[in-house]
Amino acid sequence: MDLDLSESELDFQAEARAWLEANVPDEPLPSMDTEAGFRAHQEWEAKLAEARWSVVSWPSDYHGRDASLIEWVIFEEEYYRARAPGRVSQNGIFLLAPILFDHGTPEQQDRFLPSMATGEQVWAQAWSEPEAGSDLASLRSTATRDDERGGWLLNGQKTWSSRASYAHWGFGLFRSDPSAQRHAGLTYFLFPLDAEGVTVRPIAQLDGEAGFAEIFLEDVFVPDSDVLGAPGDGWRVAMSTAGNERGLSLRSPGRFCAAADRLVELWRERRGDSPASADDVVDAWIKAQAYRLYTWGTVTRLAAGGDLGATGSANKVFWSELDVALHETALDLLGPEAEVESAWTDGYLFSLSGPIYAGTNEIQRNIVAERILGLPREPKGGGR
Amino acid sequence: MRFELTSEQEDFAQTLDKLLSGADTVAAARAWVEGESGPGLEVWRRLADLGVTSLLVPDSDGGMGATPVELAVAFEALGRHAVPGPWVESVALLPSMDRVVTVAVPPHTPYALDADVADATYILGEDGLMVATVGELVRSVDPTRRLFAVTSAEPADGETAEGAFELAVLATSAQLLGCGERLLADTVKYAKQRRQFGREIGSYQAVKHALADVRIALDFARPLVFGAAVTGSGARDVSAAKVAAGDAAYLASRVGLQVHGAIGYTSEYDLSLWITKVRALVGAWGTPAFHRARVLESL
Repeated sequence: MDLDLSESELDFQAEARAWLEANVPDEPLPSMDTEAGFRAHQEWEAKLAEARWSVVSWPSDYHGRDASLIEWVIFEEEYYRARAPGRVSQNGIFLLAPILFDHGTPEQQDRFLPSMATGEQVWAQAWSEPEAGSDLASLRSTATRDDERGGWLLNGQKTWSSRASYAHWGFGLFRSDPSAQRHAGLTYFLFPLDAEGVTVRPIAQLDGEAGFAEIFLEDVFVPDSDVLGAPGDGWRVAMSTAGNERGLSLRSPGRFCAAADRLVELWRERRGDSPASADDVVDAWIKAQAYRLYTWGTVTRLAAGGDLGATGSANKVFWSELDVALHETALDLLGPEAEVESAWTDGYLFSLSGPIYAGTNEIQRNIVAERILGLPREPKGGGR
Repeated sequence: MRFELTSEQEDFAQTLDKLLSGADTVAAARAWVEGESGPGLEVWRRLADLGVTSLLVPDSDGGMGATPVELAVAFEALGRHAVPGPWVESVALLPSMDRVVTVAVPPHTPYALDADVADATYILGEDGLMVATVGELVRSVDPTRRLFAVTSAEPADGETAEGAFELAVLATSAQLLGCGERLLADTVKYAKQRRQFGREIGSYQAVKHALADVRIALDFARPLVFGAAVTGSGARDVSAAKVAAGDAAYLASRVGLQVHGAIGYTSEYDLSLWITKVRALVGAWGTPAFHRARVLESL
């Protein structure tokens, strides 16, 4: 049992640190959920890609470095430590790309991955619907066969689609077999957001910016070449990476360690004003450390061929609640100044979405209870 | 980077678990409460044969020469099985091979645990290690912890190694982790069997979510405990481990009691052994406030 990095991992860390130090913009970029900010973040992605830092774990053919999981965690730690910009291409590279690698055809991989890696094409997820939130399998948007043109017609409404206001492509599940129930008869589609019949309506988030959007689809034609995996197999394809190691379930510890360090800095400056918060500062720091060490344990298991299983759900509850607590503590420390807009208020509002997105924490707790502890499922009727 | 127990360490954990599962440690603990130390000392002897008492004694002195990781593995098992006795004192603080010793370390550990059973009782203070005069029995909230008031008598021959206090805190943290795991396991088992309103109580979300939170708290305390063992048991890491393991085990005890309901509140039901032990250990070897302050100081 050890926590030591190898020579080559230390070299990788030093290289990443040096590059980030030299290249991370001094001033934060404007919000990625504004038009100008979105472009600025795309340019940043291009810069990362040029130096092969945008998708380190991908193959070198697709702008990657074939980095190991350990190196990926190292890179993420350095990235957040350097206060580098948020990743506008996050949904594509963390949620869609793993599925493309596993289930996409070589043609799809060649067509989509390079422009995703450079930030030229930004992807938005299209999962939730107005009546299908936590109960995703109850989704109603449809795909009907168009044999004449060799493809499908998409109809329906998607919502809470992050980045969709300015993104180029969407990915999500549609019901392709109307007679099938719930998880069956769903197909995974990729579709351009400027296709005929697509209307994107931005939704202002709690922070006032159009971070997510509704997507209306009316007879949107999608060729067979833009179906991911087999028709009708969409649920399995989508869920095959729901616990993906590079996905949201293995949220980079770097993000929380860097925030905890900033919280400690803030506490040093403000401690006289708010002595009562000391315990909360310590607990946030301890939990960030716990998350970091826990991740090294996960990485060790994955590297040895294990899989995450349902532990990704425990992970998600822990980091999302840590993120909220950490920012609440910062605001407590700021006292009467806390309501004035700052990086802390931005971070706080963002943290509030954590316990909701990517499966609410209630859903995650059910998964922990049923799949890890083996507790009985709820009786049918309200079942998932 | 390999942050997981080695197969040898896993084997050690399983060997301990197997031995203790078959040793009726609950009966030994209950006898211990009454001052009948025979069954408990029999468990002690069997664990000593496996090398538990000599884990931190160097090879050159006939010990196991093991690392703090093996120490944590052993103490998790001791916690899981509620094994009574001054283990922290004899194995982590003042590694003593065949002798059962106990040590008070004021102000954090003002009383000597199980001094009536120990071959030697010491006080570790500013003047170093002193032989203690044993006074009255003081009742602990955990009746298996027989505490004794002590006063210094004379300087002792031996001395504790540097960092011994940190190893005692680490061992206690691992013990808390084991207690928490046992409380969760027994409570999950109960929630699957106990039926109310026509279904298992473990199928209700209110119960599920409470138990899921215990699973999560223990899962994230564990890497702090073993992380502190790996990084050499520095004050900051050990304190972080103690805070997290104490919080997680305490949550396990509260949820465990609540899910069991009235049966869990009886002293006859074995759950009580772990509920009271956790409360005692949360404050032992440095209170949460002490350990939080140490972490903050280091930052």
